[in-house]
Amino acid sequence: MGPLVPDIIGIDLNFIFALIIGILFGAILEQAGFSTSKKLVGLFYGYDFTVLRVFFTAGIVAMIGVLALTHFGLLDINLTYINPTFLWSAIIGGLIMGLGFIVGGFCPGTSVCAAAIGKIDAMIFIGGALLGVLLFAEGYPLFEGLYKSTNLGNPRLFETLGISQTLFASLFTVVALLVFIGVSIVENRINGIKKAPIRFTPYYFGIAVFGLVVALSAFMFPERKASLIKMVEDNSLVNSYNLDIMTVDELAFKLVSDDSKLQIIDFRSAKEYEKFNLPKSSSFLIDNLFEKEPNKLLSVNHKVNVFVGNNEIIERKMAIIAKELGYKNIKILKGGLNAFVEDILNLKPTKDTISQEGRDTYRFRVKASQIIPKLIKQNKTSGPVKKTQKRVVGGC
Amino acid sequence: MENSKYMNPYLAGLLLGLLLIATIYITGRGLGASGALKSFTVASVETVAPSHTQATKFYKEYSGEHTGSPLMNWLVFEMVGVVIGAFISGLISNRLNFKLEKGPRATTRIRVIGAILGGMLWGFGSQLGRGCTSGAALSGMAVMSTGGIITMFAIFGGGYGFAYFFRKFWL
Repeated sequence: MGPLVPDIIGIDLNFIFALIIGILFGAILEQAGFSTSKKLVGLFYGYDFTVLRVFFTAGIVAMIGVLALTHFGLLDINLTYINPTFLWSAIIGGLIMGLGFIVGGFCPGTSVCAAAIGKIDAMIFIGGALLGVLLFAEGYPLFEGLYKSTNLGNPRLFETLGISQTLFASLFTVVALLVFIGVSIVENRINGIKKAPIRFTPYYFGIAVFGLVVALSAFMFPERKASLIKMVEDNSLVNSYNLDIMTVDELAFKLVSDDSKLQIIDFRSAKEYEKFNLPKSSSFLIDNLFEKEPNKLLSVNHKVNVFVGNNEIIERKMAIIAKELGYKNIKILKGGLNAFVEDILNLKPTKDTISQEGRDTYRFRVKASQIIPKLIKQNKTSGPVKKTQKRVVGGC
Repeated sequence: MENSKYMNPYLAGLLLGLLLIATIYITGRGLGASGALKSFTVASVETVAPSHTQATKFYKEYSGEHTGSPLMNWLVFEMVGVVIGAFISGLISNRLNFKLEKGPRATTRIRVIGAILGGMLWGFGSQLGRGCTSGAALSGMAVMSTGGIITMFAIFGGGYGFAYFFRKFWL
């Protein structure tokens, strides 16, 4: 699951990727014609909308792509950098940049691109940009108030608008397509070209097909999380699903003998977990199963993951989801934690002492009921496992 | 305007979009440009006046957020890549030459002053707005960040709003 940094790709290798990504970035910008200021400002005077076309096509493709990766469970959006929203600095900073665009003829990325192929005005522009950063840095105490005001956190626009992200992306795409048609009409009028604004060349056709395939695949393959949660609502399937089962005595034995392979995954609420938790256990919520960071715990080699919950049905549901997600070495506790508490921790004198087996079990349980509460007490001091999620640091 | 020399804009957009998806999938962050300018500025000031950076708030906050040399930064490596990539592209398409580009009515003097001032406005604005066209607007759009999209509208809105007053520069 993405992002691949920092687990699969290390910090140093990431720099190599930065270089490769940069080379492709520079090459695409240059090929698109972003290395000339006349083409760049054309968008503001209506004679050349190349920048707008490239920019919004890229934005929509990336928006749909990120949506698709999240939809199919390939990218954990909680770990991805979402630009923070500071309302006033975003608006005023943006307006200043807009003025800079029209006065200077570039933006930072395109100026570097243009300077690389020898544009002298771009080199001067970069010098000015460095001065601008210096100005901000030196005058920082003056601007800090504005810079840090109206911090709205990291909202995403569909949340701000209160609509679903797919609806937002669809609306955005439709608006962009209408804008593309509109600017073609404007551009043709200003340049005196008589040509239909919409033409079905292979390029447009190919891009449209690509978009449709992504959209259709999202319909055909529903979101992983939603479909799995729906699947475990079917009780007959949940009860007939083949799962490895661990008895309460087995679990008690593994706890008493301090089995290093044992790993308990506790699916009760955080409150219940805080009140009472077994040694070697980690608190999990259903959402954690779909996240990248907590899942490292489930993927540790040679560990046996025992899923526990208040009752066996909950354990079964969680274990089925985990198995469907491809995790191995998953077991569930027979009868759930309730059975464990009743049979081991709150052991009552039993009448079943007739058979040899019954007597042995009882003797073991008596011993376990003395040892395990002590282990729980010792464990308490260390507190529950805290899972920290860290977003990637990004931005300009 | 049809120009056969350049790539079809929608194809370029598609490629740029795919590159951005790959970047987010691999690194968890988008593309950027102005951050590299910031790193470069901080590194320069650190070299010229190290005592100044230790006493000034902006640099202190910067070093609080970043470890190591300011030049050991993802965006710096990325921008080095941009220089290489653009150069190769210019070489292939035969566009390498030293040239000062300006509007038909603009003098060299106006163009030079415009480039410096425009650059300064970008340097300043991108710090205030937490990113430029790449880092805030494009990458922000990809992850549907409210702030990024607001910055994007402000940049383009500002461009259109001010365009009339600077038409002598370009038309």
